[in-house]
Amino acid sequence: MKIKTLSRSVDEYTRERSQDLQRVFHNFDPSLRPMEKAVEYKRALTAAKLEKIFARPFVGAMDGHRDGVSCMAKNPNYLKGIFSASMDGDIRLWDISSRRTVCQFPGHQGAVRGLTVSTDGNVLVSCGTDCTVRLWKVPRPTLEDSSVSSENFIEPAAEYVWKNAFWAVDHQFEGDLFATAGAQLEIWNHNRASPVQSFQWGTDSVISVRFNPGEPDILATSASDRSITIYDLRMSSAARRIIMMTKTNSIAWNPMEPMNLTAANEDGSCYSFDGRKMDEAKCVHKDHVSAVMDIDFSPTGREFVTGSYDRSVRIFPYNGGHSREIYHTKRMQRVFCVKYSCDATYVLSGSDDTNLRLWKAKASEQLGVILPREQKKHEYNEAVKNRYKHLPEVKRIVRHRHLPKPIYKALGIIRTVNDSKRRKEDRRRAHSAPGTIVTKPLRQRRIIKEVE
Amino acid sequence: MLSWRLKLRNILEEKTLKDKKLKTQLASREKLYGKSAKTAAKIEKWLLPAEAGYLETDGLEKTWRVKQTDIANEVDLLSSRNQYDIVLPDFGPYKLDFTASGRHMIAGGRKGHLALVDMMSMNLIKEIQVKETVRDVAFLHNEQFFAAAQKKYAYIYGRDGTELHCLKERGPVARLRFLKNHFLLASVNKSGQLHYQDVTYGGMVASIRTGKGRTDVMEVNPYNGVVALGHSGGTVTMWKPTSQAPLVQMQCHPGPVSSVAFHPNGHLMATSGKERKLKIWDLRKFEEIQTIHGFHAKTLSFSQKGLLAAGTGSFVQILGDSSGSSSSHNYSRYMNHSMVKGYQIEKLMFRPYEDVIGIGHSMGWSSILIPGSGEPNFDSWVANPFETSKQRREKEVHLLLDKLPPETIMLDPSKIGAMKPSRRKEKPSRGEIEAEKEVAIEAAKSTELKKKTKGRNKPSKRTKKKKEMVENAKRTFPEQGHNNTASKKRRIGEDAAAELPASLKRFARKN
Repeated sequence: MKIKTLSRSVDEYTRERSQDLQRVFHNFDPSLRPMEKAVEYKRALTAAKLEKIFARPFVGAMDGHRDGVSCMAKNPNYLKGIFSASMDGDIRLWDISSRRTVCQFPGHQGAVRGLTVSTDGNVLVSCGTDCTVRLWKVPRPTLEDSSVSSENFIEPAAEYVWKNAFWAVDHQFEGDLFATAGAQLEIWNHNRASPVQSFQWGTDSVISVRFNPGEPDILATSASDRSITIYDLRMSSAARRIIMMTKTNSIAWNPMEPMNLTAANEDGSCYSFDGRKMDEAKCVHKDHVSAVMDIDFSPTGREFVTGSYDRSVRIFPYNGGHSREIYHTKRMQRVFCVKYSCDATYVLSGSDDTNLRLWKAKASEQLGVILPREQKKHEYNEAVKNRYKHLPEVKRIVRHRHLPKPIYKALGIIRTVNDSKRRKEDRRRAHSAPGTIVTKPLRQRRIIKEVE
Repeated sequence: MLSWRLKLRNILEEKTLKDKKLKTQLASREKLYGKSAKTAAKIEKWLLPAEAGYLETDGLEKTWRVKQTDIANEVDLLSSRNQYDIVLPDFGPYKLDFTASGRHMIAGGRKGHLALVDMMSMNLIKEIQVKETVRDVAFLHNEQFFAAAQKKYAYIYGRDGTELHCLKERGPVARLRFLKNHFLLASVNKSGQLHYQDVTYGGMVASIRTGKGRTDVMEVNPYNGVVALGHSGGTVTMWKPTSQAPLVQMQCHPGPVSSVAFHPNGHLMATSGKERKLKIWDLRKFEEIQTIHGFHAKTLSFSQKGLLAAGTGSFVQILGDSSGSSSSHNYSRYMNHSMVKGYQIEKLMFRPYEDVIGIGHSMGWSSILIPGSGEPNFDSWVANPFETSKQRREKEVHLLLDKLPPETIMLDPSKIGAMKPSRRKEKPSRGEIEAEKEVAIEAAKSTELKKKTKGRNKPSKRTKKKKEMVENAKRTFPEQGHNNTASKKRRIGEDAAAELPASLKRFARKN
């Protein structure tokens, strides 16, 4: 006869010294945990509520410019700094952690329209409506600089005058070339006073330009004839070109998938394209009510931030049709430029009210050093909330955002207009022979044609 | 979970999903589930520290002939300390309750003796004499609070014996049970009313008049939080706090139901009736699986491993599931224990995570060893018998955060978060309606009329009858699309004089 009963010795199950960690034991048998799904649902609800309680995205504002901020540039080598330029020619370098100006770059006579930094972080290129392109030497940040509150004024290293006002500038990712957008698209070298190459198509001016992060010779531009053109520097003419219904204010390439680009359009939506096949948009991101002025991708390539004329900043997922977050303040007027910080934690917006604002990319994120247990808990909350976010109670909490009244009303009007259009379309189709009325999907509808 | 993983795999294989995004999301989720199942299985194989107890006899010896004294000889010192008899003859039959981790026990004697004991150190934490009848005792979420059903009302006491609350609304309570996940204290009183009270804020969530008379048989199903009452007519009814009518009514016995017990997996229920039969029911189909004759079990209890204990008089019988599979159950004798002749067993309860059963009887309480009844491996986050006070405090906060609302009590708790089947049938299309109409007309035309005699079988009358039948068949299918416009036109014409303003009266149709 063999008999064995459970007997647990206390030493095996408790700690030896008070400096040790407590011993924990796992048994994942589901019969020990009744009503698991209900408990998980309750945790999802609590997680959604806690996220809303801790959602405080606004970190601070950087005050100093005397006119609306027109453009910003981020230095890829130095996380803490951001360059910004305003409509009266004032260029400043800010220290984001103390939210103060480190140094100023005076010199431009009119509005500064474009700012960009070379990839090694040494040269700042700016261009403006006074028909000049100026190159500046970026001061290396040292320990002394951050403590001394002096505002340095830096002289330009080079100044090139040209025939027409400039609208945008961008620097090549690996190399010495930078491109300016004005009456034509011009390619410059740092050391030459006149452009090395220039591209022209038609008589309209080029509004924005952006180099591809993966292929150093490819760049995308948008012009005021509502077109988006992709140029290759090794060829003498455009590689691809499409014409849309409304003009594109800004373009951004996805840093993780460099063949995809997203265009911020005047009709309030952003269109994501595959650069190799431009006849159809991959995704239409609709949520802004007014023209989208600027767009920037996160370094993870998973989201992008847009700033719009309707006084709001939105963050979209790279493949989703609607924004996951909206930031707005009573004091923030028309947003002209946005940048996603290089560590994917912050979003910067420069607006018409002369302020640069710093926001958190994830509104309820805990900044600073997080213990591993806290980190695990945050991840668990995120995961359990995503599992149940389609259920009505949880969805209502997760989706809820306070919108300013003008945007809320405008969205309602847009919805009514779209509903009535769709209803009319359905009725037309119902009353005509099947197959005669073909609707193009929205991804294709806004593109008029592709021109080669 | 296994069944809907199979469904998921079928959907993915069938290629009916046209949505590519959904397809990739489901496929990645499927992979994740596979990985997590594998790691859970690996942990089970290598990381669980203890193994279950067993009792194996060799040769012709039967397991139920093994006595507690034999077991005491074979087993180590620590386990043999768990066999004891505490004799307290003055204070009446004792009712017991254990905390979820099995570390603490509250014993309540009928004549008013309440004792809170730490089972691991056999330490009496507190004992009080309330000087009135105590009918039942129950722990709340941990050993800091317990409830006692006394003569007129139920009371809640703290760990050091102070009376914290007097629950007057319930009246004289016969049975008290605590629902852990919902923090609800359920009780049935002498007039058969069922009360649910949330102990976190004290509000009465539900008071239900069962309408079936007085009963003192009440048990909670740990799997779904449903309360089962056994009545004197032989029915067992199941209740949830959000409805006034019972969820299920089962006719279990021809006579009164003496006791009810639930298996921890929620699928099995054991009931015993005064006609000396013990029945095992499957709760998924509400069918009887097994009947055991012979004795009238006054109290029943299931252990964590599925052993069933039945107590009658001074005799305890333990039944075990001899078939290994989970679909068929065959309960047969596993062990017996007969106590001293005068002891009348009042309550049996298996101690969680130990191979021990606690017996409350008329002369005090005892504890005997039943190898193989307890779960060998506990999970520190579910119930920890070696809890420190800091861990206990943290756990209380987490339990409160995870407190479920009373609406989540339902017969099938896996429905939460699942898809609701669409109730409305889809409207048939015009083509389908036409087809059905054709079929009905054909059927009407082909019916054979009865041949009438005595001059009533005129051909004209026959054709008239046939036409009538076809018309009836057509009438069940109303005309498509003509209704709305006809009614609209009619509306304008009819209400001409009354509703149109004066300037438009000339446009009203004059019929």
